[in-house]
Amino acid sequence: MFTSSFTKLAASLATVLITTSAASAFTACQVTDTGGIDDNSFNQTAWKGVQDAIADFGVDGRFLESQAETDYEANINSLIEGDCDVIITVGFLLGDATKNAAEANPDQRFSIVDFSYDPPLPNVLGQVYATDEAAFLAGYLAAGMSKTGVLGTFGGINIPPVTIFMDGFVNGVEYYNAQNDTAVTVLGWDTQTREGLFTNNFESLDDGRAYAQNLYDEGADIVLPVAGPVGLGSAALADELGTDQLMIIGVDADLYATDPEKGHVYLTSITKRMDATVRQVIEMAMNDQLEGGLIVGSLENGGVDLAPFHDLDSAVPDALKAELADIRAAIIDGSISVSP
Amino acid sequence: MTERTMQNLLQGKALGRTEIEDLVVVPLFAVIVALILGAVTMLATNIDLPTIGRSYVALLEGSLGSLNAVSETLTAAAPLILAGLGLALGFRAGLFNIGAEGQIVIGGLAAVVTGFSFAYLPSIILLPLSLFAGALAGALYASIAGWLRAATGAHEVISTIMLNLISYRLLDYFLSLPYVQQTGRADPISKSVPEAAELPRLLTAIDPNLRVHAGIFLMLIMVGLVYWLLFRSKLGFEFRASGENPKAARFAGMHSGIIIVAAMATAGALAGLAGANQVLGVLGRATPGFSAGLGFDAIAVALLGRSHPVGVVFAGLLFGALEAGGRQMQVDAGVSIDLIGIIQALIIIFIAAPLLVRAIFPWGFRRKKGGVS
Repeated sequence: MFTSSFTKLAASLATVLITTSAASAFTACQVTDTGGIDDNSFNQTAWKGVQDAIADFGVDGRFLESQAETDYEANINSLIEGDCDVIITVGFLLGDATKNAAEANPDQRFSIVDFSYDPPLPNVLGQVYATDEAAFLAGYLAAGMSKTGVLGTFGGINIPPVTIFMDGFVNGVEYYNAQNDTAVTVLGWDTQTREGLFTNNFESLDDGRAYAQNLYDEGADIVLPVAGPVGLGSAALADELGTDQLMIIGVDADLYATDPEKGHVYLTSITKRMDATVRQVIEMAMNDQLEGGLIVGSLENGGVDLAPFHDLDSAVPDALKAELADIRAAIIDGSISVSP
Repeated sequence: MTERTMQNLLQGKALGRTEIEDLVVVPLFAVIVALILGAVTMLATNIDLPTIGRSYVALLEGSLGSLNAVSETLTAAAPLILAGLGLALGFRAGLFNIGAEGQIVIGGLAAVVTGFSFAYLPSIILLPLSLFAGALAGALYASIAGWLRAATGAHEVISTIMLNLISYRLLDYFLSLPYVQQTGRADPISKSVPEAAELPRLLTAIDPNLRVHAGIFLMLIMVGLVYWLLFRSKLGFEFRASGENPKAARFAGMHSGIIIVAAMATAGALAGLAGANQVLGVLGRATPGFSAGLGFDAIAVALLGRSHPVGVVFAGLLFGALEAGGRQMQVDAGVSIDLIGIIQALIIIFIAAPLLVRAIFPWGFRRKKGGVS
């Protein structure tokens, strides 16, 4: 009795499954890194690209969160079994797992955020970003806004897509010093030795708070956490201290919008429009134009940018805003190099 | 536990009805209640009934429904069972070891370093050597806590928790050493072990995506070994005797200090093997966080398995199935994999509170007569 009703239930559920998946012809799938889909920054921004594609093109979208590094390969495999037209893996750390899966499954199309293969794989499109261009602007802005003359930054893991933020930020500060004859310093990253402050994870909000506290204790009044959700912990500290003591610069998404409760502590955000590139990749895959190679987001094509100042807009002097606009134009036309 | 139960356990006699209820019926009902409450949780977060049904179907499919599903279940279960065995052994000896996580980290690290350091050796020597290094490192790391307990009375719950934290930092440190760090990378990631040091995957001939590897044989050997150690050997008898009644064991002439260190070391060796199993079987290298909380899940596995080797196998398979199935649940039904964590936690709550389970399911248990217990 019980078994037969259970079989019926299972059968009817299976029908539901089949009908829903048959409703739209195209499925885009995404694997997150360990930060999780609701990290308010990195993974969430990439997932927004799939959601936009769902809204604009009527495709199906699925995601799979990685709980640990041991999950990457398994998660990609589950999606390969799940009939995905394109699998988007989010993050540098999935580089090796994506490569292995792409080589084992040459007919499956992949796209990876923050990784470029050398030599390129025929079925993987990399999405990379000239994040240092926007971070350079953030560095210039922070140097102009700092009252203590000390800024701080820390990263999640010492990998290129993280340190490119820190490089641009430090170089922007140095450019400010050179232009204005000041001596604003940045704690937490040395562009020469390639060493700095890293939490070694993309999960712990406690670490975000503790690292920001350490930087604040050393005099920093603006901190740039480059570690996805970890930065939310730093924002909580800034919220308690008040923005006259500590301001935060967000990364990936405009954190004023994604973290509205603490939105007022964000001076600005260095946005990395993974949502735009992911949507673009899905569109390319739908039109059968997806091939191996790279797409690059830059200041010029809007792939990276500086978010508005929102609540802190009135605190930013008009002169500084004008200088930022000039530098922005100069970076785009190539007359200022963000990595001298 | 009554004195008679204890005596039965000590003497390995057949168990009475109450004991069977404790060993089998309580865990079974705990799982059922947890699944029901999991569904209630989903309802409370505005997930509709068809989706809840679909997610449980996916949970079943993703853990047992295909060859790949079974492969994933076994892959996830093997390290949980290995570490769970060690914890179960510790619980039997009266040691509440929270340190499996740290022992996994240290064991895995030692296995990786051994693997790439002796890359020139043939597989038949290198693989056992790497596994042994993992077990040895785990044993040594755990015996620090055992020694502290025996020599100073420092409670192992506190010292193992602290050793966990130390192990994370040690891992970070070792992964940044030039000798260990992968060349050309600035992030903490170890060199990859050569193929000869890897636990070979078993079913790649059928499908290269099947991850199940020789670690499951390692796990089965250890289940047998721990069973023998606990219930057939003199040392195991001493473990259990000092766990049941340390004073009586001491009066019987057993050396409690040595037993504590030996029990911790054995538990650490098993956790170290679990770590080696992950790095040699799944990842091929060590990274920060490769342990992924396995050592904590293994505590739940040991408790659910009632600290019995066979129970630990079933509990580990259940947790492995939940993990593998949880993935499918997310793919098919879009329900967050975090729900699996909730279900696991609920199982533990009900295991820890057998009286609650008895109260919910009074008809599942024989009524107690008089005050026999």
